[in-house]
Amino acid sequence: MLKLNDVSITFNEGTPDEKKALQSVDLELEKGEFVTVIGSNGAGKSTLMNVVSGSLIPDVGDVTIDDKHVVHLPEYKRAGFIGRVFQDPMAGTAPSMTIEENLAMAYSRDKKRKLIPGVTKKRREMYREYLDSLNLGLEDRLNAKVGLLSGGERQALSLLMATFTEPHILLLDEHTAALDPSRAELITEITADVVKKFELTTLMVTHNMQQALDLGDRLIMMDKGQIIFDVSGEEKQELTIKNLLDEFHRIRGKQIESDRAVLG
Amino acid sequence: MLISLFGAVESGVIYALMALGVYLSFRILHFPDLTVDGSFVTGAGVAGVAIVGGMSPILATLLGAFAGFIAGCITGVLHTKGKINALLAGILMMIALYSINLRLMGQPTVSMLNESTLFTQIKSWWVASGFDAFFNNIVLSLGVERFSGTWLVFTVMVILTLMVKVFLDYFLKTEVGLALRATGDNQKMIRSLSANTDGLIIIGIGISNGLVALSGALVGQYGGFANVNMGIGMIVIGLASVIIGEALFGKRTIIIATLAVIGGAIVYRIVVTMALRVDFLDSGDMKLITAVLVIAALVAPRMIQARKEKKRRLRKKAELLQRKEGEVHSA
Ligand SMILES: Nc1ncnc2c1ncn2[C@@H]1O[C@H](COP(=O)(O)OP(=O)(O)O)[C@@H](O)[C@H]1O
Ligand SMILES: [Mg+2]
Repeated sequence: MLKLNDVSITFNEGTPDEKKALQSVDLELEKGEFVTVIGSNGAGKSTLMNVVSGSLIPDVGDVTIDDKHVVHLPEYKRAGFIGRVFQDPMAGTAPSMTIEENLAMAYSRDKKRKLIPGVTKKRREMYREYLDSLNLGLEDRLNAKVGLLSGGERQALSLLMATFTEPHILLLDEHTAALDPSRAELITEITADVVKKFELTTLMVTHNMQQALDLGDRLIMMDKGQIIFDVSGEEKQELTIKNLLDEFHRIRGKQIESDRAVLG
Repeated sequence: MLISLFGAVESGVIYALMALGVYLSFRILHFPDLTVDGSFVTGAGVAGVAIVGGMSPILATLLGAFAGFIAGCITGVLHTKGKINALLAGILMMIALYSINLRLMGQPTVSMLNESTLFTQIKSWWVASGFDAFFNNIVLSLGVERFSGTWLVFTVMVILTLMVKVFLDYFLKTEVGLALRATGDNQKMIRSLSANTDGLIIIGIGISNGLVALSGALVGQYGGFANVNMGIGMIVIGLASVIIGEALFGKRTIIIATLAVIGGAIVYRIVVTMALRVDFLDSGDMKLITAVLVIAALVAPRMIQARKEKKRRLRKKAELLQRKEGEVHSA
């Protein structure tokens, strides 16, 4: 489904600010697989998402989606089959446009946009039904400007917009991190629901280890631009936060020792 | 007095098309596009040269608008593909157009006084049909002196401007139009929804300048000449119309906003005409009048809002006080 092959990207190469954001990353996702991604700040999680979405082009390496090489396909051309939700609740919607207009824009993501009305009676009914499934009462506010919604409501709408056209891949980048705990909980629930409902192949970055353990069928941990830990199946079910931290220190410790050996 | 007011409304309606173009770039795309001063002349000049060359006025007008569309597209390309700052891209295109317009026109002024223009054509049809006499009789019977012009320019321009408005309203609600609006609102988001934002900006600025050039082509034919300097300050007039219109008539939806822009263009012309009738002001003061008008339109709504807010708070306070007193009495 999604395949990253030996992907590397370095920012500001040859300057004091040089940053190896991804180092020879290999990753393969099965169709319908739900993968959570954890790792410390600057580990390269967002960079990984950006390479998949096409907002960054890697220095070397290959990205294939459905056996199609997409590395040089610009972001807007990939977006037809990739749904995305950003961390910032303001980022995923157009504030000065109405709820139904925002949904209309998401609806035409996998089609060629034409000179026909984006909101018709029939489509409005469909948008209303989708909104209804969020249980936030947004279905009664189709003509409200999105800028008037709360952060949680906007994020729920972004999530709906990213998913209801059933994209081949869903990318979630800490999409609950900017919300208060109860809202984050709600968005997490909705996420689990829609991913299941549409059987979406999903990569979800999260800061919250518990969330990473509770959701999904597979977990990967990143550090310094590399995937250092990858568990799935039963092994993941039995994982605890303590296991995870121990694992992190074990792997990092080893690495530090080997770094020392090289440097020494 | 009435005649000059009528003239003001009339030219306001023609300039409204230009203001709609400015609305599209400034308000919808959030693109401060200064190409306008140049593309307005491009429209007038191309239409003028074509008319003098014997082209039918309708085709000449459309050709002028198309030339403006191309100019706008180039500004869009400079910004999106050349990565040039929006303001600078517009300024560069504006000065480039000055020379291009001069080349196109071959001379600083192209006169259409002896040519058959869109307006003379319709006028002859209009007089022949007898409507003119009919309307003038009504006005005369109301006790008003005969209008110097005729009703025709006005009627035609109102219809044309409203048609453009309706088309624009419709376009901005289509799938493409929604993506265009989102490009101005949240580019990152609409790109993640598979819209080619560069292409949309290029087309959007193109359409904007197409409207500006259409307005220029009509203004040229209305006045009977095109001049390379007729576009100077046009962007400010366009912005003034947009801002005055929004302040007076609101901007809640697209349909209201575009109507407000047309209203703003008319109000602007009326105010300028009235101001110029004041004894100590002359035509050299027009720019100052424009600046004062725009400042007023920007500041006044906020002041009115603040005042309302203050009144509301005072009322609340008074209510609270009254309630407390009531409690004291009943105790
Ligand atoms: N556009 C960029 N230019 C320079 N450095 C960048 C850029 N994007 C990310 N980085 C750097 O690359 C590293 C990985 O960033 P990122 O993928 O955002 O980490 P995170 O795992 O926190 O999401 C960080 O050190 C970051 O500073
Ligand atoms: Mg990040």
